[in-house]
Amino acid sequence: MSEPKMEPAGRNEKSFEVSLKRALRMYRQMVRIRHFEERVDNLYKTAQMPGLAHLYIGEEAIAVGVCEALGKADYISSTHRGHGHCLAKGALVGRMFAELLGKKPGYCGGKGGSMHIADPDSGNLGADAIVGASAGVATGAAFTSKKLGLGKVAVAFFGEGALGQGLLYELMNMAALWKLPVLYVCENNMYNEYTRYTETTAGQLEDRPLAFGIQTKRIGGQDVREVYRTAEELVKDVRAGQGPAFLICDTYRYYGHHVGDINRSYYRSKEEEGMWKKERDPIRILGAWLTDTKNVSPETLSKIDKEVREEIESGLEFAKNAPYPDPTEVNANVYAE
Amino acid sequence: MFMQNNQVNDENMREISFAEAIREALAEEMRRDPTVYIMGEDVAEAGTPFKVLLGLVDEFGTERVVDTPISEAGFSAIGVGSAMTGMRPVIDIMFGDFLPLAMEQIVNRAAKIHYMSGGKLRVPIVFRTTLGAGRRSAAQHSQSLHAWFSHIPGLKVAIPSTPYDAKGLWKTAIRDDSPVIFFEDKMMYSLKGLVPDEEYTIPFGLADIKRSGKDITLVATSSMVQVALDAAKKLEEIGLSAEVVDPRTTWPLDKKTLIASAKKTGRVIVIDEGYEQYGVTAELAAVIAEGAFYYLDAPVRRFGAMDVPVPFSPVLEDQTIPSAEQIVEAAKDLCAV
Ligand SMILES: Cc1ncc(C[n+]2csc(CCOP(=O)(O)OP(=O)(O)O)c2C)c(N)n1
Repeated sequence: MSEPKMEPAGRNEKSFEVSLKRALRMYRQMVRIRHFEERVDNLYKTAQMPGLAHLYIGEEAIAVGVCEALGKADYISSTHRGHGHCLAKGALVGRMFAELLGKKPGYCGGKGGSMHIADPDSGNLGADAIVGASAGVATGAAFTSKKLGLGKVAVAFFGEGALGQGLLYELMNMAALWKLPVLYVCENNMYNEYTRYTETTAGQLEDRPLAFGIQTKRIGGQDVREVYRTAEELVKDVRAGQGPAFLICDTYRYYGHHVGDINRSYYRSKEEEGMWKKERDPIRILGAWLTDTKNVSPETLSKIDKEVREEIESGLEFAKNAPYPDPTEVNANVYAE
Repeated sequence: MFMQNNQVNDENMREISFAEAIREALAEEMRRDPTVYIMGEDVAEAGTPFKVLLGLVDEFGTERVVDTPISEAGFSAIGVGSAMTGMRPVIDIMFGDFLPLAMEQIVNRAAKIHYMSGGKLRVPIVFRTTLGAGRRSAAQHSQSLHAWFSHIPGLKVAIPSTPYDAKGLWKTAIRDDSPVIFFEDKMMYSLKGLVPDEEYTIPFGLADIKRSGKDITLVATSSMVQVALDAAKKLEEIGLSAEVVDPRTTWPLDKKTLIASAKKTGRVIVIDEGYEQYGVTAELAAVIAEGAFYYLDAPVRRFGAMDVPVPFSPVLEDQTIPSAEQIVEAAKDLCAV
């Protein structure tokens, strides 16, 4: 049995080395998620989108860093805050928007909406809006992978709120016992909706997976190079059959719990929000590394930004112009035929 | 004092919203009985996502308005255990869709302990939750699952449709020595209605005639009462007089009032937002068919939510909820006009 590992806090810059090509790809992907989500917020505020959405802005480095460490065939499962995971695993902007607008070419034909985007073609087993449920789906997928010898790794993304669900502990126990190839990625944005996680979570987060003998790391989730390198190591061990691993990334959501959560001062301060945006922004951190140590010109970065904006706008145009599903679709897919 | 709507004297009434009525009932009961407490996710400062409980924590403190981790099974269990030992918990399950996570505690424990103990133990607990689609919240945040609980002996189920009923039924629920599941239609929180200044309660198992008529009976629950009233208005325009009967609790069920109305009009449509298959409408229709068979001029018709997981896209979702137009058509058909 492998010993549980805990990395000491603090950064080891050298081990976060990534190639320029990879770094630029991750940069583009983070910018894509950022602009996508900003557009979603705007769609809500201008009453162009049905329902609500839970924005991922601020947490981009986690989805991007982890998915960069995965192959296309590897699985992910996601949550109500899932747009970032879907995009990072390869979903297309236009079809994402189409789903959010309830249109026919959306990933779920308009049936799922923001909280349930699934794209099996890119390994995305779907977003689930029941807290903790993503861990079940991924552990099941890992079970399949092991039984059928597929060599695939399954990643469950979830927030620290999921640590409140008993399901997670049943899953971790079985995953550890049976050495299932699953990586649990806990995005600790520090708030379960409107309550700080310290009021809902006893002890240390990392002690929980460690109790099952699961290899566990807790890192800052804002530097995508760190997330990528850590995930890469864990994924290697998981794929090699060493059993599950657990990655806790400390992070922050810049916006509300959902797009309608505008007045947040009763549960967190403007200063705290400002500090994360100013000092720990994942796009800025990678941008600074690219310009300062890799001699990437600011123009290169703004070109990426501009290209992504165009991609977002044309994706949105596509979605806006797309038809709604045929009304008879309502009865389709209740049972598999 | 027990009251029905038609006994109310308008002079001593105030107009308040459905949400305010619920808040008032809870506050009054908490003032009256120090063993009453509320527990659930984001019930305290946040006052729940729908803000229904806003302000209660200011009066009663966090000892009695208790925020929990996202642990429905766990805090429901604590609720049951504390109810057995002298407390009167109100357990807040944010969305009815999350009831499955608490199901074990409700069905195998709360519902049965009084009986299993030969009457020695009591479980005076209320599970507070929501029902209803229409918010573009997709399949895991839109269900109306009250039929499940109406099926279980040992549970009582309240499903009010007006501020007046909500307040009166809430007070009865808290005082009841048996477990109650209390369903609030989340689309109804801002609905206004008259509520008396003085204290009142509404007994369980007493239907209310929301509108009297002679040609056809519309039995409607919760979210569907407004739809039925709307249909009744449209029917009046074409010369049909519809009676709207609201059972207010699906269990205990006021069979007498339903049957009496059916006997009077000879034609009945039953409307409820739960799924139609094996749903509340089936039970109500059976009760009426059995009790008023020789008085019926036509078979009882029923409308529930379409038997599909609630889809996200507005063009699909809107079809799944019974509409006034559908009811008008069915009524015309039954009355052969
Ligand atoms: C089982 C369950 N209980 C409650 C909710 C309502 N809810 C939605 S998101 C959320 C908070 C989730 O916090 P966390 O898991 O940390 O994820 P985050 O939203 O911060 O990304 C809650 C309580 C839910 N979706 N599922």
